[in-house]
Amino acid sequence: MTSATVTAAARFGRAASRVPDVVFRSGSGVLAWVAVGILGLLAALLVANSGQALAKFGISFLTGTTWDPIAGIYGALPFIIGTIASSFIAIVLATPIGLLTAIFLAELAPRRVAIPLTFTIELLAAIPSVVFGLWGVFVLGPFLSRTVEAWVVDTLGWIPIFAGPPFGVGLFTAGVILTLMILPTIVAISRDMITAVPDSQREAMLALGATRWEMITNAVLPYARSGIIGAVILGLGRALGETMAVTMVIGNRPQIPQSIFDSSQTIASQIATTFNEASIGLQTSALISLGLVLLVITMTLNVIARLLVWRVAGPQGTS
Amino acid sequence: METAVRRPDEAIEAPPERATPLAPPDRRPAASPLDIVSGEIVVEDLNVYYGEFRAVRDVSLTIPPRAVTAIIGPSGCGKSTFLRTLNRMHELTPGARVEGVVTLDGIDIYRPDVDPVQLRRVVGMVFQRPNPFPTMSIYDNVTAGLRLTGRHKRSELDEVVERSLRRSALWDEVKDKLRQPGTSLSGGQQQRLCIARALSVDPEVILMDEPASALDPSATLRVEELIAELRRQYTIVIVTHNMQQASRVSDRTAFFTMGEERAGYLVEADDTVRIFTNPAEQLTEDYISGRFG
Amino acid sequence: MTGAVIAQPSMAARLTGARVGRRRTVVDRSMRTIAMGAAFLCALPLAAVLFFVAANGLSALSLDLITKPPRALGIGGGAANAVVGTLQMVPLAALIAVPVGVLGAVYIAEFANSRSARVIRFCADVLVGMPSILIGVFVFTFLVLPFKQFNGFAGSVALAVIMIPVVMRTTEESLHLVPNSLREASLALGVPAWRTVLSVVLRTGLPGILTGSMLAIARAMGETAPLLFTALGSRVVNVGDFGRPMDSLPLFIYVNARQPVDALNQQAWGAAFLLLLIVLIINVAVRARSWGRRIG
Repeated sequence: MTSATVTAAARFGRAASRVPDVVFRSGSGVLAWVAVGILGLLAALLVANSGQALAKFGISFLTGTTWDPIAGIYGALPFIIGTIASSFIAIVLATPIGLLTAIFLAELAPRRVAIPLTFTIELLAAIPSVVFGLWGVFVLGPFLSRTVEAWVVDTLGWIPIFAGPPFGVGLFTAGVILTLMILPTIVAISRDMITAVPDSQREAMLALGATRWEMITNAVLPYARSGIIGAVILGLGRALGETMAVTMVIGNRPQIPQSIFDSSQTIASQIATTFNEASIGLQTSALISLGLVLLVITMTLNVIARLLVWRVAGPQGTS
Repeated sequence: METAVRRPDEAIEAPPERATPLAPPDRRPAASPLDIVSGEIVVEDLNVYYGEFRAVRDVSLTIPPRAVTAIIGPSGCGKSTFLRTLNRMHELTPGARVEGVVTLDGIDIYRPDVDPVQLRRVVGMVFQRPNPFPTMSIYDNVTAGLRLTGRHKRSELDEVVERSLRRSALWDEVKDKLRQPGTSLSGGQQQRLCIARALSVDPEVILMDEPASALDPSATLRVEELIAELRRQYTIVIVTHNMQQASRVSDRTAFFTMGEERAGYLVEADDTVRIFTNPAEQLTEDYISGRFG
Repeated sequence: MTGAVIAQPSMAARLTGARVGRRRTVVDRSMRTIAMGAAFLCALPLAAVLFFVAANGLSALSLDLITKPPRALGIGGGAANAVVGTLQMVPLAALIAVPVGVLGAVYIAEFANSRSARVIRFCADVLVGMPSILIGVFVFTFLVLPFKQFNGFAGSVALAVIMIPVVMRTTEESLHLVPNSLREASLALGVPAWRTVLSVVLRTGLPGILTGSMLAIARAMGETAPLLFTALGSRVVNVGDFGRPMDSLPLFIYVNARQPVDALNQQAWGAAFLLLLIVLIINVAVRARSWGRRIG
């Protein structure tokens, strides 16, 4: 994989020396660096525009529990908690389902089953977020409130975090929607990671008298471990930053949730619902600071995940 | 369904010269004179197909217990495929199937009630390239097979690790670093680790698929010495493309070649000395002396 | 040693599994079944979304939905403002993103040394994983805030930012598949490097580039978050004035889904059906081609 990169560099290394070549080469070079420039500029502009709020509140911006534009007090903790809680629900649900699916597709399913299933899951990733949101509000939310949520509240409601009432709008519904949205990511990348495990590892385990499943858990998964962790982190990154579907089903209440069925608000949904009405100045700056927090979290996760995935599959691997 | 647990119908008399009554303490006890020397494989009219393609044609061969049988022949003659049918590893290839009979101590290994998972514990395998599990320590690599069956008792595992590593002549080199990853060893050591791993589950038969082809000469020598050490306790079948190696390590040699429609078949099998000095078939003679075409 | 038979079970017992409990076989079978169940569970949501969007959207679908703008006051009309907005902003975004992405990929694949290629590729990957709402905020700060005016151009730029890394990475992958012998043959004929790239490398990699661009377009069509603070949305049909707010299908769905009015919710379903239809057709068409190649 790396060799492709090396030869790529040398492909036109010496041949491209005449004037039109140099022009073409530097022109395309500038455009390539646009990607880097966008990333740098994005970070710089977010930092610059969040200065006002961060200077005023300092660390209490992250720890404050009150978000009150009228009083001019901005504490982001409710949104940070809402973001983490909804993504946590999604990861808890999506990791086992996604990993089992990847195992089925890569190790167990015959081709004529694996191919259409993979295709279906790829299409799931193509559904626009806002369509998920619409379906979430009118179909999934009411369905969950009648079934899963009602049942959990009835049986486990005495535990505070499972307390009702189940509205069908709130953290839990958001978590389920996020699960559906990150499943394709986790499935696709985990499957690639599992496929990258050399057959010699499978044979070694089978020759010791392992069953298929023992071969998978004892040889294949440990070998692909870091790549699978990378896949889950990439899914987590998507969940943390996902905006529209969450905004439509989470209930938009800027307070720290007490139960998984409470209405809540994430960083992204808070920006989406209030940015346009915000008065330019401190309030906009506070919202952009929220964006900066989200940027730091998702960028860190993304970098870690990419490095883990590259370690297994090489830099040409899954994008 | 014949589910009754029974001794093999045709008990094989132990050849007297094989039944070593006394074994060194780190060795596995050789069969006692009253016991049956187990590990004899009899192959009758074996054909192997990949879909429509016949890879191996009409092989009949008896592999004697507690001896080394080498399988030689030009590449593509089906020798690895044949080897894999002896512990049903070929079943991993989609579309692969066999016709014919393979018995191990009189039991047909393709009988419906034979579980390939169990079979592979009796018929172990060592592969072309060393393939230790990279996320496991040396210790865990050796015990991987035992832990599958839920044997976790520390003292028992310790004992198996030492015994297996001693048998594979690796103990002295690794006894102080059992917790290090198996991949930290040199290529030759890794291959002996893989042999130790295969020995740990107490097989009767060990299949070796060109076990030294990825090793340098000195590591190859160690593996060959190891095979010589193991020959009295296990039935060993080794595929090799190296004729000198076959003549050094084996008691019997089977020569395969490719026939019509690229199907491999057995030309002849005999004592190794005879194959390399006075083969019955012209094809063998040609191959041994390097003639082709 | 005294002639006692060693307590080794017979070969038949060892081979038929009489010695082990059935537990391992049961675990093996049941886990494989569970894995299969999980896989089919993953396919279920697609079916559910498709079913409900079709069931609710088909009845709302009419010629009015595409041709009429919403009534200025009250309820009624259609989504022409959104259709027209999407049909302007997405092509402009593609016009910006496809050349940048394709030529950028040409640079990474054909000219760059391996270190800068790695840096660019890495940034593109991070950009793909960037929450799209942040891209909206980012574009807001330099294309909306200074002019104190939401505008369709800012919307197009935001969509372009989302598309560029997607186009770049898929194009690069398809360029790596172009055999080196083609480049050498062209250079050996005395064709300069830049023309070799344009007429040989890009032409050979064209199917892959088209695939990547179409997928990026499909993705941009469905994006809402980056448009909230850039194009804003508009209840009037805006043709050609990129300096003013514009609407799009996703924005239309979002706004109408949040109204406590049944008729407006119905319009949202209708628009969602339209959007999903276009997005899925593009995806199926493009992916079916590459799937076909993989199978055949």
